[in-house]
Amino acid sequence: MSKPSQNSSPENSSPKNTSTVIATARLIATKDLRVELRSRVLLNQVVPFSLIVMVMFAFALDSDAVLERVAPGLVWLATLFSVLIMVSRSFAVETADGALDQLRSSGVPAMGIFIGKTVALMVQLLVLVTLLVGAAVVLYRAQVSWSGGVLLVTTAIAATCGLAAVGTLYGGLAAGAKGRETLLPLLLLPVVAPVLIGATRATESAFGTNGIAISEGWPWLGLLAVFAVLFSVAGAVAFGPLLDD
Amino acid sequence: MSAIAHEPGTDVVVDLVDAVAVLGSFPALAGATLSVRRGEIVLLRGPNGAGKTTLLRLCAGLVPLERGQGRILGVDLVRDRELVRHRVGMIGHNNGLYSDLTVTENVRFWGRTVGASTSEVDAALHRMGLDGRLANLPISRLSAGQKRRTALAGLVARRAELWLLDEPHAGLDAAGRDELDQVLKLAAAAGATVMVASHELERASQLATRQVEVVAGQARELETL
Repeated sequence: MSKPSQNSSPENSSPKNTSTVIATARLIATKDLRVELRSRVLLNQVVPFSLIVMVMFAFALDSDAVLERVAPGLVWLATLFSVLIMVSRSFAVETADGALDQLRSSGVPAMGIFIGKTVALMVQLLVLVTLLVGAAVVLYRAQVSWSGGVLLVTTAIAATCGLAAVGTLYGGLAAGAKGRETLLPLLLLPVVAPVLIGATRATESAFGTNGIAISEGWPWLGLLAVFAVLFSVAGAVAFGPLLDD
Repeated sequence: MSAIAHEPGTDVVVDLVDAVAVLGSFPALAGATLSVRRGEIVLLRGPNGAGKTTLLRLCAGLVPLERGQGRILGVDLVRDRELVRHRVGMIGHNNGLYSDLTVTENVRFWGRTVGASTSEVDAALHRMGLDGRLANLPISRLSAGQKRRTALAGLVARRAELWLLDEPHAGLDAAGRDELDQVLKLAAAAGATVMVASHELERASQLATRQVEVVAGQARELETL
């Protein structure tokens, strides 16, 4: 126990500053990724689940031509389904033993918690999307050129950033609610529709599906970027009051 | 605005005057007045629903002060609630631990929230008897008492000056309860102030230096030990 400073003033010792937010974000992101490395939920559960979804689509559609055409949409649909599991898991870790309450009661900035959890989720989503694109190449014969690869990588970064931000925001909202397992998909799926549309169109361009030019994908990337910025800012601002409620 | 007269020079850690806190539309605290000095171990007793937990959460800055006055560690509960949270530690019915991480990783995590150094974290582990073999065990392999000690080590590591404990003896066996009491006495001797809400009246009475009864949202001094 440290002895308190008799002269400590709120102005001098307030935790609310930029460096504290960044330090908190780094702390939370590192912790979340360490928990994932130990539990291996992404590797042992989410990745197999999303690959099974991809294979089931292949069985259901059962046509190389159709599969090649719809491959971009299937990649992002499988990603969206997986996001639901990953967001639930991210907040289950916090609520299982009351750690989220402890975080709020410890006075760490909520903005830092939001950014940290978003970054950790984004890193995991990038790993997942990389594997799913690989699966699309193998299962659906999707093809990516070098220039298409640049569009694909930037699309993946923007889309996962948006998904992670909105997932963290709504995950925090649902964390304290009754029936959160069913509430989260209801809240999240309608909101991420622009990501599904934008990422699918941009990926179609990157894959050259139906002869679509790569240049046609960049405006969709703009939509993804706007979505990511919008929900990152909204989440960073709203996360604290949302947790308090 | 001190609730009771204090000797000159004593530190008032909790100072509530006619504090009102509302949960939904229900006034869980209806004009509670309480003063706690540094180093005290205060037992909050009272029936279920009397407002003990709300009183602790108010002191932790987790419940807003609707009316009345409140200062925690000299910090205004209305104007600087975030700062109050930063300097106060509360452990409720859960421990706030990550089961996939080890004891050391958990305590280090909570210490890092206030920028604690590695040596501070090591000292916290040592103080709670968690160094050595236990330090590298995942939380999921600990007993209930060891988990509770890990949570308290987290409070030490994050330099909490006021410890707010809601039913800390719940779920512990006799040995775990003895261990916990010892830890709390040492913490108070080292300068922490402890407020405990408990139904374990006999045990908690032996631990506490003061007892306060909370009834219908109001706090009443019972006796000075």
